[in-house]
Amino acid sequence: MQKITREQLIEKAVALLADGTVSCVLGWSKGEFDYDVTPAIFNNEEELKANFVFNDFCGVNFSKYLVAKTQKCEGKILVFLKPCDTYSFNQLLTEHRFDREKVYAVGIPCEGMADVAKVKTICGDGIASINFDGENLAVTTLYEDAPVMISTNDVLAERCVNCKSKKHVAYDELIGDEGEVIESNRFDEVEKLEAMTPDERFAFWQNELSRCIRCNACRDACPACTCEKCVFDNPNSGVENKSPANSFEEKMFHIIRAFHVAGRCTDCGECSRVCPQNIPLHLLNRKFIKDMNEFYGEYQAGAEVGSRAPLVDYTTEDLEPGEVFNRGDMNA
Amino acid sequence: MQVNEYKPLIVAFCCNWCSYAGADLAGNNRLNYPAEVKIIRVPCSCRVNPMFILRAFQRGADGVIICGCHPGDCHYTSGNYYTRRRMAALFSMLDYLGIEKERTRVEWVSAAEGAKFAATMNDFVEKVVALGENKRLEDLRCKK
Repeated sequence: MQKITREQLIEKAVALLADGTVSCVLGWSKGEFDYDVTPAIFNNEEELKANFVFNDFCGVNFSKYLVAKTQKCEGKILVFLKPCDTYSFNQLLTEHRFDREKVYAVGIPCEGMADVAKVKTICGDGIASINFDGENLAVTTLYEDAPVMISTNDVLAERCVNCKSKKHVAYDELIGDEGEVIESNRFDEVEKLEAMTPDERFAFWQNELSRCIRCNACRDACPACTCEKCVFDNPNSGVENKSPANSFEEKMFHIIRAFHVAGRCTDCGECSRVCPQNIPLHLLNRKFIKDMNEFYGEYQAGAEVGSRAPLVDYTTEDLEPGEVFNRGDMNA
Repeated sequence: MQVNEYKPLIVAFCCNWCSYAGADLAGNNRLNYPAEVKIIRVPCSCRVNPMFILRAFQRGADGVIICGCHPGDCHYTSGNYYTRRRMAALFSMLDYLGIEKERTRVEWVSAAEGAKFAATMNDFVEKVVALGENKRLEDLRCKK
């Protein structure tokens, strides 16, 4: 359950629209079902009251939307940012991807977002409606008479299980209290993989990546992937669609995707959230983050505007590429 | 009876200013190194886009080695420092995905180190031969 309500956010948005601070609102709109919340632009109070929602399925990170919207929208855009979204927001500012003057950012607290795939493993398919009013989610399915009560904590999205920070690093205004950076165990899964033998790791990734349908959703949702021309749209790249021959293309695609955002990835987890095949893509990104933390010192992309990412920086004392394998029992 | 001995395919990216001349020196000094090593000359080790390495594996390379100037000696001042970080990240990721770490290497070879060049290549090829054919990152469509 979230600490703030839809009404609070609408009230804030309406007030800012009324006094002319902002000309439109970037927010969550209700979808066909209670769990498929979609991003939308709201221009007035009526639209907000009709369609704006805020619940446990509002996982969308709006930072990337600002790149396109700030160019189209006259005046300022009001955007609601959860703590992890503010890191992407800062990272995009560092890369000069949008004009800060055109954005009015309101930081909102987040108690962790739910993953509908996990909800379905508890209550089964056929979710007719979800009631967010109580302490728990009340999920009504087609096949059960009484709603199934599910605590959000039991169905947290993978990225929220290991939330790295409840602190907003960028905002114009904050609703609720300022949070703190959390000591998270987000690299545990990566370490588990590192402890495996190369054969086991290969089998693991072969199994995960072979499910990839090359829908490019991970790229489209990633706030770090904001190139106007993308290598994956190039028909001559050899990796623009799924190969029927073997799983090479998926491997190539995912290595390239992860490498392109290496050092700039804020670990917001959008890639895993949007993956229709539930591939744990964040494990690739986290591997890069973990490596760079270990090799070149702790670095959190987006923690401050203007910081230099590890891959566009160097020192004369860096470790040699051959030495990276001599750490601990990585390949024991 | 014909014996099909396994011949690896090794791609070596050599910096124009040092390792390429080092390879030349190895040749001039009549030092042996395996003929399976195919050298690609690049203006700087930093020119090697990680994609080149993936591409080499895709097209059937069994090992990829990058040779550049010793840190501090880059013709362009800082190119090899970037290579060092970039390749450390990439190799670590390839290892994470289960591609054996012996298939990738970065080595600093100056123009005066013909002997080192030959020794490095001998050692690298030996390690790759021990691993056998690269099956984990090859594209069946590229197979003849």
